[in-house]
Amino acid sequence: MELYLYIALFSPLVGSMFAALFAASPKTSIAGIVPSFLLFVSFVASTILLVNILSGGDVVHVEMMTWMATGNLYIPFGFVVDQVSVTMMMVVTVVSTVVHVYSIGYMDHDKSFNRFFAWLSAFVFSMLVLVMSDNFAGLFIGWEGVGLCSWGLIGFWYHKESATWAANEAFIMNRIADLGMLIGLFLVYWNTGTLQYDEAFAAMPALAPEVLTWMGIFLFIGAMGKSAQFPLHTWLADAMEGPTPVSALIHAATMVTAGVYLVVRANPLYELIPHVGLFIASLGAFVALFAASMALVNRDMKRIIAYSTLSQLGYMFVAAGLGAYWVALFHLMAHAFFKALLFLGAGNVMHAMHDELDPFKMGGLKKPLKWTFIMMTVASVALAGIYPLAGFFSKDLILEVSLIEHHYIIYSVLLFTAGLTAFYSFRLVALIFHGEERYKIFGIHPHEAYKFVLIAMSPLLLLAVIAGSFKMTYFEMVTAVLPATEYHVHSVMMYWIMTIGTQLFVLLAIAFAYKKYANNAIAIPDGSSKMENRLCYKILKNQYYIPYAYEEYFVKPYRELSDVFWKHIDMKIVDASVDGIANIFYSTGEKTRTMQSGNLSTMLKWMVAGTVALLSLAVVYGLAVRYSDEIMLILSGLGVQ
Amino acid sequence: MMEIGLNHYLVLSTILFSIGLVGVMRRKNLLMLFFATEILLNAVNIAFAAISHFYGDLTGQMFAFFVIAIAASEVAVGLGLLIVWHKRHGNIDLEHMSTMRG
Repeated sequence: MELYLYIALFSPLVGSMFAALFAASPKTSIAGIVPSFLLFVSFVASTILLVNILSGGDVVHVEMMTWMATGNLYIPFGFVVDQVSVTMMMVVTVVSTVVHVYSIGYMDHDKSFNRFFAWLSAFVFSMLVLVMSDNFAGLFIGWEGVGLCSWGLIGFWYHKESATWAANEAFIMNRIADLGMLIGLFLVYWNTGTLQYDEAFAAMPALAPEVLTWMGIFLFIGAMGKSAQFPLHTWLADAMEGPTPVSALIHAATMVTAGVYLVVRANPLYELIPHVGLFIASLGAFVALFAASMALVNRDMKRIIAYSTLSQLGYMFVAAGLGAYWVALFHLMAHAFFKALLFLGAGNVMHAMHDELDPFKMGGLKKPLKWTFIMMTVASVALAGIYPLAGFFSKDLILEVSLIEHHYIIYSVLLFTAGLTAFYSFRLVALIFHGEERYKIFGIHPHEAYKFVLIAMSPLLLLAVIAGSFKMTYFEMVTAVLPATEYHVHSVMMYWIMTIGTQLFVLLAIAFAYKKYANNAIAIPDGSSKMENRLCYKILKNQYYIPYAYEEYFVKPYRELSDVFWKHIDMKIVDASVDGIANIFYSTGEKTRTMQSGNLSTMLKWMVAGTVALLSLAVVYGLAVRYSDEIMLILSGLGVQ
Repeated sequence: MMEIGLNHYLVLSTILFSIGLVGVMRRKNLLMLFFATEILLNAVNIAFAAISHFYGDLTGQMFAFFVIAIAASEVAVGLGLLIVWHKRHGNIDLEHMSTMRG
């Protein structure tokens, strides 16, 4: 089994290296095909590992080599395939294989085709390191690796100012959060003396609650950055500057869920500090509503899906915070499938529409883009949580969890958000695929994506439909390592009322979205209608003015402060002292050059003076050495050491 | 009559050295400068010989011979250059030899 572990882990790296060989040369199809094939190999190896675990095999735990061994610190490159990491491996390899094949079609006309695959495969490798590592240090390496690849892929079209800006924003925001994460790791090491998961978690129950609380908080700060939770959320929507397959893979299915994975992985820690868990759940519920509300009015297709991702991450954190770790991981898995599908569908639409992102300029695309229409509709239905698609099983479970745990506020927020989710998803579907063909005035002739692209997407379509049926198998598997709390509403009556109520509510929201946006005469927002001038609309449209506030209250003061530091500290102290030293040499040189009069007589006089000076120094030194005892005596008499 | 000891020689050497130094500093004639240098060297030679005798160690006197030999060769080279200079410029005055100004 070890062999399969290494194959699963390292074949994306080989693929990345292979594509990187061609990075500087023009488009070579093989640079896309080989990494995709190697990812498929990785997927097959992961499946074998999954089957092994499912059939009751042992957890595969290997120590590849020692990384650091100094004093008491011992960190190996160790990897573990247990029930949790195998789930993550399956999600990562399935989605990334699909996305790789999809990208061969999507990036077909891009001149940096080869570079794209080098980055994308490197990302998958980092993500696998993150989920497979058996210690916090390895997790951190993967964590930083995915951050780096995310930076490289958001800023993939680096000639665009906005793309490089978004890449830097994402990178810097993540660095801020990673500082918190790093402090969390230091706390873990400081207090338990190890970074290995099993040993560290075994040592935690003996620690003081305050220490555990701080550990939990700092680790969660790291998770907040990676999973774009409030207030570090702004980068995710801006990250949509990257190519769409990147958004599907990194900013929907895998990397952003790393925060959830961290909390799930650290469940023995969070079990001990339920108050931090409650905070995580509350923040999650807040973000779910907050992000969904921003998605309601946005006019950028990809940003709407990005806010939806943010909102769903909120759901996952609610589950993780309330101790339902397996539910969080289940929603993570289901969400990865249908959200990646949604993004890839959006990519098809973008291609057909010549990179147009505003759904108000589309409409009526269901005929030319029949398959994309079906896929995106199914993905949206799954996202909305309609029976029997994946979202129903995972999302409604989170609602049930919050109800059973008696957090009624969280429950109602999540229920309301479920309605919003349905509304904005179908607002998007209705605007893109139904109604009048508004794109015609732009002279666009939409065409469906390549057949192999559609075929590549079909596994996700299938999984978005059937993922819910794995629930019990999955539950039995992961509860070997996660707390096995089954969540059942106490009375059958209550369960049916809840389920049917939620379903009706969601269906109503969908119907409302269709009624409002699927007809032929929709109002295109142009700033004149009454609704657009309402305060709440403006607040939502401007994303609660948070990007604006960050720009005003953090970026600008920081820039001004940097200006002050540059002008007053750098120029006047650092530069001045360096220049001062140079100037001393210049001016002494300038003054002493008159010595070089060329007159031999004068030079001889200087020579004599120098000799005399050296001689007298020698004499003084000799005397000082000879009478050192007396000199010390006098000095000590004067009070000098 | 007082016995002549090491100190006397050293004092003589110092006096000669000082005369030589003053000569080196004050003289403007290149030939006179050579004389002054000779005085400096010989002042040192006296000190070498005297101290060597005082300790009964021949190394100092041997060194004095080396100094004399080197001084002779130095003067030979120096005088040669001096004659060339005189042929070119018609004088050997230090004031006129200032082509290497800084």
